[in-house]
Amino acid sequence: MKVLLIDDEKELVTTLSERLDLRHIANDWATSGEEGLELIKRHAYDWVVIDLKMPGLGGLEAIQRIKKTSPSTRIILLTGHSAAEDLDHALELGADRYLVKPVDIDVLLSLMQTDKAQEEWPR
Amino acid sequence: MGFLKKIKPAFWDRRDPGLELMNYRRLWANTFWAAVAVTLAPLVFLAGINFYQFENQYELQRNEIDNHMQRMLATGKVQISYFLDERRAALAYVNLENAFGELSNRRHLGAIFRHLRQSFGGFVDLGLIDASGIQETYIGPYNLAGRDYKDQDWYKEVLIRGIYISDVFLGHRNFPHFVIAVRHEKDMDQTYVLRATIDTGRLNELLKATDLQPTGDIFLINQQGVLQTPSQLYGGVLSGFPLLPPKGAAQWNGIHEAEDRFGRPLLVGLAKVDGTPFTLVVVNQPQVLLKKWDLLRINVIVMVGLSVLAILAVIWWGSNNLVNRIYVTDLRRAAVLHEVEYTNKLASIGRLAAGVAHEINNPVAIINEKVGLMEDLLGVSGEFSHKEKFLAQTKVIKDSVKRVSDITHRLLGFARHLPMKTEQIHLENLIKEVLGFLGREAQYRNISVNQRIPPDIEPLEADKGQLQQVLLNILNNALAAVGDGGEINIAVGPLGDQQIAISIADNGVGIPAEDLKSIFEPFFSTKGDKGTGLGLSITYGIVQKMGGHIEVESEPGQGTTFTIILPKRRPPANPEARTASGGAADASGQGGITA
Repeated sequence: MKVLLIDDEKELVTTLSERLDLRHIANDWATSGEEGLELIKRHAYDWVVIDLKMPGLGGLEAIQRIKKTSPSTRIILLTGHSAAEDLDHALELGADRYLVKPVDIDVLLSLMQTDKAQEEWPR
Repeated sequence: MGFLKKIKPAFWDRRDPGLELMNYRRLWANTFWAAVAVTLAPLVFLAGINFYQFENQYELQRNEIDNHMQRMLATGKVQISYFLDERRAALAYVNLENAFGELSNRRHLGAIFRHLRQSFGGFVDLGLIDASGIQETYIGPYNLAGRDYKDQDWYKEVLIRGIYISDVFLGHRNFPHFVIAVRHEKDMDQTYVLRATIDTGRLNELLKATDLQPTGDIFLINQQGVLQTPSQLYGGVLSGFPLLPPKGAAQWNGIHEAEDRFGRPLLVGLAKVDGTPFTLVVVNQPQVLLKKWDLLRINVIVMVGLSVLAILAVIWWGSNNLVNRIYVTDLRRAAVLHEVEYTNKLASIGRLAAGVAHEINNPVAIINEKVGLMEDLLGVSGEFSHKEKFLAQTKVIKDSVKRVSDITHRLLGFARHLPMKTEQIHLENLIKEVLGFLGREAQYRNISVNQRIPPDIEPLEADKGQLQQVLLNILNNALAAVGDGGEINIAVGPLGDQQIAISIADNGVGIPAEDLKSIFEPFFSTKGDKGTGLGLSITYGIVQKMGGHIEVESEPGQGTTFTIILPKRRPPANPEARTASGGAADASGQGGITA
């Protein structure tokens, strides 16, 4: 399993990346949507964890492009808050999960694992 | 006072001086008096004219009564005169045509008496009295022949004046009659007198035949005011007539006003019959004759009075209604303006809070990851001094991060949903969120907040932010109402198939019955300066917009229960409503999007 983390807060992505490293999960990180898309073009990722609100290429548009570039990649949207209209939109664009910040790494990992079963999502 | 309170319109006391756009009392007074002037002026004017004309008519009627009495007096007098003249002339004729010798013949006098009775009627007896005053011959029912009249006043008078008519008196048989005596005129040497007694019955009939009004009376009196013919009002012959005019000859002819013994006005007409001791009297009761006119006047006054009262009542009602409607509309408009202002303020605060929360959330997320990393690293590090203490510190930091993020999420939760939007709401979560805001106060004041929410309760379709506001307002009021150590019970349950009821009961001070009907009115507040009076009014408006309603029960001293009844599905009236599925934003922040 390979994960790409995209967030404009560099401290956040680098820390998360380090924590995934500690758990032996292969990952890359990017601090903008554009940068993230470049990585996706070059590498295959099972999961992309992307922030909703970023300068430049925002999360919603990025989701669209990621799905276009790599339809098999599953996407977890990070949001400051579960604004229903944004989540709705994200769903339409192809996001698979959402996670409200601050991120609990165990929750993040469990979201990625339960996906295999395609069961009910934890709410 | 209770009645006054009941009829007093709402705008009369300036209950909401801040909201009232104008002086409604003055508006009411202007409306009322203008309408009164416009409607009553013509009525009063017409009534005045009518009254004036009526008074004229009344006066005419009075004059007509006077005139009628004058006519009766005149004709009555003529008839009495004629009656007496006829008999006097007959006697004078007999006196002229017959010498003393002839008349003293009893047979001859008897024949004359019979002729007189047949021709004129009323003659009771007839006597001849010679110069020395001795009754020479007498024809009649009594034995009066040879009687001496020499010293009697009437005899002296008839000798001097040639004619004498006596007052009425009761004779031996006790029936009234009077005397006519005539002196022989032809031969001055031969002085003798013919004396006849006349029955007053004929006179009575004559008077009865006059055109008398039903309540009137006509009769004769003598100069002493003694009745000479019977009267309906004053008794029989020889009774006294009490209403003599004050002394003075002039008063014995004409009409004067008097009062009967009940104090009712009377008109008394007198006419002296010349050459006799008689005065004709006509008595009338003008009040009785004018009764129908008085009744008419009373009717008109009553009708005008009733009309005025009815008009005043209608104008009163109309003015009240009109001004009250303006008042209510103005209040409502002012309330809407205030609500808009309030909503705008709320929106601004919401946006500010959201901005702050969002900005805080990012560094908090970083802190969260950093402390997570620290934990991870501690986990893979070997033992070193203070390792346990480090772990304890990271735990405290994580807990604090959790607290901060809870707050930011709540703030974000409130800030959202400014336009009405529908989503699936789990009441348990919602109530938890609302209590998150108020729970601290409850804790400080040792107020126990109990929830009874069945776990299988269906989610509700509603606008989350607004429902939050509704619950927040009611819970806020409940907290204000209960004392320290009080109790608030929140219960949720289905109501039929279509509705869900949320009841919030406190054991606080309660609401007096007279305030209960006003609590949903905007700007009605029992909290004094502390309350805006908007909370429940906005709450009511929101619940109505949601297609539900609020019920309230309260017992002063026992507590208050608000029950919010909401439809499970939002009514389709609002086309903007869009069902969005999504995870409930509880503080743990995990969720999935389901198709």
